[in-house]
Amino acid sequence: MGKLRGNLLPPALAIVFSALLCGLALVLSGANPLKAFGAMVNQVGEGSTAVDIINSTGIYYIAALAVAIGFQMNLFNIGVEGQYRIAAVVAAIFGGSVALPPGIHSLAIIIVAAVAGAAWAAIPAILKVTRGVNEVISTIMMNGIALGVAAYLIRRDVFGELRGNNIRTPEIAESGWVPGIPLGDNGTLFGLVFLAIALGVGYWVMMNRTRFGFELRASGESATAAAAGGVNAKKMILVSMLLSGAIAGLVSMPEILGRDHTYNLNFPGGIGFSGIAIALLGRNHPAGIAFGALLWAFLDKSGLALDNVGVPREIVTIMQGTIVLSVVVAYEVVRRFELASEQRRVGRELASAGGAA
Amino acid sequence: MSSSTSVRTDAPAVVLTGITKRFPGVVANSDVHLTVRTGEVHALCGENGAGKSTLMKILYGMQPPDEGTIEVNGEQVRFKTPADAIKAGIGMVHQHFMLADNLTVQENVVLGAEALHGIGAKARRKIQELAGQTGLNVDPGVLVEQLGVADRQRVEILKVLFRGAKVIILDEPTAVLVPQEVDELFATVRGMQEQGFTFLFISHKLDEVRAIADSVTVIRRGTTVGTADPKTVSSRQLAEMMVGSELPSPETRTSTVTDIPVLTVSGLVLSAPDGRALLDSIDLVVHSGEVVGIAGVEGNGQTELVETVMGMRKASAGTVTLGDDDLSKLGTLARREAGIGYIAEDRHRHGLLLTQPLWFNRILGYQTRKPTAKGAWLDREGAKRDTERIVEEFDVRTPGIDVPAAALSGGNQQKLVVGRELAGDPKLLIASHPTRGVDVGAQALIWDEIKNARARGLAVLLISADLDELIGLSDTIKVMLRGRLVADADPSTVTPEDLGSAMTGAGSTSAAVHEEGEN
Repeated sequence: MGKLRGNLLPPALAIVFSALLCGLALVLSGANPLKAFGAMVNQVGEGSTAVDIINSTGIYYIAALAVAIGFQMNLFNIGVEGQYRIAAVVAAIFGGSVALPPGIHSLAIIIVAAVAGAAWAAIPAILKVTRGVNEVISTIMMNGIALGVAAYLIRRDVFGELRGNNIRTPEIAESGWVPGIPLGDNGTLFGLVFLAIALGVGYWVMMNRTRFGFELRASGESATAAAAGGVNAKKMILVSMLLSGAIAGLVSMPEILGRDHTYNLNFPGGIGFSGIAIALLGRNHPAGIAFGALLWAFLDKSGLALDNVGVPREIVTIMQGTIVLSVVVAYEVVRRFELASEQRRVGRELASAGGAA
Repeated sequence: MSSSTSVRTDAPAVVLTGITKRFPGVVANSDVHLTVRTGEVHALCGENGAGKSTLMKILYGMQPPDEGTIEVNGEQVRFKTPADAIKAGIGMVHQHFMLADNLTVQENVVLGAEALHGIGAKARRKIQELAGQTGLNVDPGVLVEQLGVADRQRVEILKVLFRGAKVIILDEPTAVLVPQEVDELFATVRGMQEQGFTFLFISHKLDEVRAIADSVTVIRRGTTVGTADPKTVSSRQLAEMMVGSELPSPETRTSTVTDIPVLTVSGLVLSAPDGRALLDSIDLVVHSGEVVGIAGVEGNGQTELVETVMGMRKASAGTVTLGDDDLSKLGTLARREAGIGYIAEDRHRHGLLLTQPLWFNRILGYQTRKPTAKGAWLDREGAKRDTERIVEEFDVRTPGIDVPAAALSGGNQQKLVVGRELAGDPKLLIASHPTRGVDVGAQALIWDEIKNARARGLAVLLISADLDELIGLSDTIKVMLRGRLVADADPSTVTPEDLGSAMTGAGSTSAAVHEEGEN
């Protein structure tokens, strides 16, 4: 069907185009692109790479969902980066300082993370609703503040403790861990990868089946028409921003509850920004985002193999960049084409059905 | 009129021959012929949606014609962009000003044409030289935000002169002006005409056309129906050319007005951020089975009135009551739920989600109610079923309910909107320009549906720029001027001419129009 083609064609075109572009870059730098791509594909079968890719996909997926909720109503939440960091440090401190029965302990940590993320997102949301501050600016600034606040919170005289060369929050007791699925030599699958799947299903149901999802989509499509249809724009901004922040808060949960059990100096950054790219790539659609997250994780993890064949690993970053750039262009081109052809089709069908009328 | 003194040469300034432009599902222009002689003021007349704007966009290079040729000064041309048209000496003054308020007059004029005379003293001299021709008596260094509407329009004209235009298209230039400003504009046009400029004056106001034009071409349903001399043709003849004889009558025969008030607006005030009153103590009652029409030149507060009653703007004072419910504190959704249907004046901006399917659009405004929702959940099946019903009952021409709203023609989009807003038995329908830009068939259907709903006891608040529609459908007409309801008119006796003069604040000589407070 035409609609499916409209959804699948652009990312496919974009990936092919960026692969060609990267191939060209490789040739120019004197490397063999086929060998490089071959090494990347082979890497998937090596050691724990496959499991790492799935784990990473889950994390990217949550981050991209957080961004996508904002995108649905043209809210650009760049602050996922800061929201998940704040949520991670707050949840790790909370988890490390309470003693609760197993299950309840992990659930409580997850809830604290979501609330912390939402609270951090609430600041730009309230600024936008009450003072009209552009969320792009405020969330970027909140990212910077989040870095500082997180660094302060893990100081040794605040909540942190020194372990070897690393400063970290107190370790969460085993009752708060979410066990993974051990796959022997292939590594361990994070238990909370299933949380990502559940969030994806929930997101789809919300967007397509609920009144809130309808209002969100209507606001994104046309703020004026939504207002005339009785959608309260301020409420929508507030709610979608809080929801986005809450989901952002969950981004680091698979790693903290599944492996690290603490927030430390090696905490991975940049996932929030990757989430923006993946949400764009996946067109805010839960399945599209899953695909985008998988692609991102694959490029990240199997890019490590490039060093072995003497190709700079940074080529992966170039590839990710060109994918996003070309997918945005491709969607727009295909969208215009589809709309025009749809109009032509309706015109044609009416002309043949109604005769002169 | 000074046409005898104007310069005439052999080759006409502009000749359009056989212009045809098709949009998906609609033919906007078909076989249009238009000849504008050099040095004349040529009016292009037609109703809203007749195809005037499309034609001018073609002449100004904004859209290519599918068929037909354009000649300028005897030479055939093909415009790819407005820049080509400007190069050929054609300039356009848009209905809605395209000025940057926070820049000076000089900056606005020079913006985008820096290559012509630079941006410094030379450009300034040129502007001062040209300003005299437009009657603009302000320093080029003044900020545009400090200028009044008439002066802003002169700046727009100055912009096209600066770019070397000899043929100037004025797109509905009087829509934003008060009568005195219209007179000033006409004086400017006549003065420039004597200096050899040619004007294409687009309007649907017959009295203005007769006052300013040397010749009139009438366009109806996308095609030119003829050219007339405004000095010999009567307004009635022009009107007949414009609307054709097959036009359905909006007239409602029997009165169904009851004495049950449905909408009661009292003391409604809406202030602009700068303290100016956009709405000034509006009192209004619409009864069950009554159509109350609001007449007024656009921009006199009709839009604000509608949006304030709908709760989209927050009233500064006053109350809005529907039946026994006080709506004053409620939001738009709650007002809709209380029983208001709303046909917005701009269906693209306020009525529809253009890229979404028809059934999705059916939900808009009804996302909390049956048959499109169950609690917090959407009822997609219910929405689709009811969209099928609307498509059937309101004769929406579409291959299905899954096509995006943008794929339909204007008339069919509007039929969908009307069907939606009459669904769920509203107590009050607010209809803002319900038949603007729709074809005659859709217009007749929409009028019929409004009449039927009125007969069932619906109260209707009708806003329209089409005076025939207003007089034909309304049981009561109120005239709005500068944010106030200034007069009442009896639609059974009032003529469009009487109403027109009341709308401009010129006062009325007719017994059918009563100034507010007279009785």
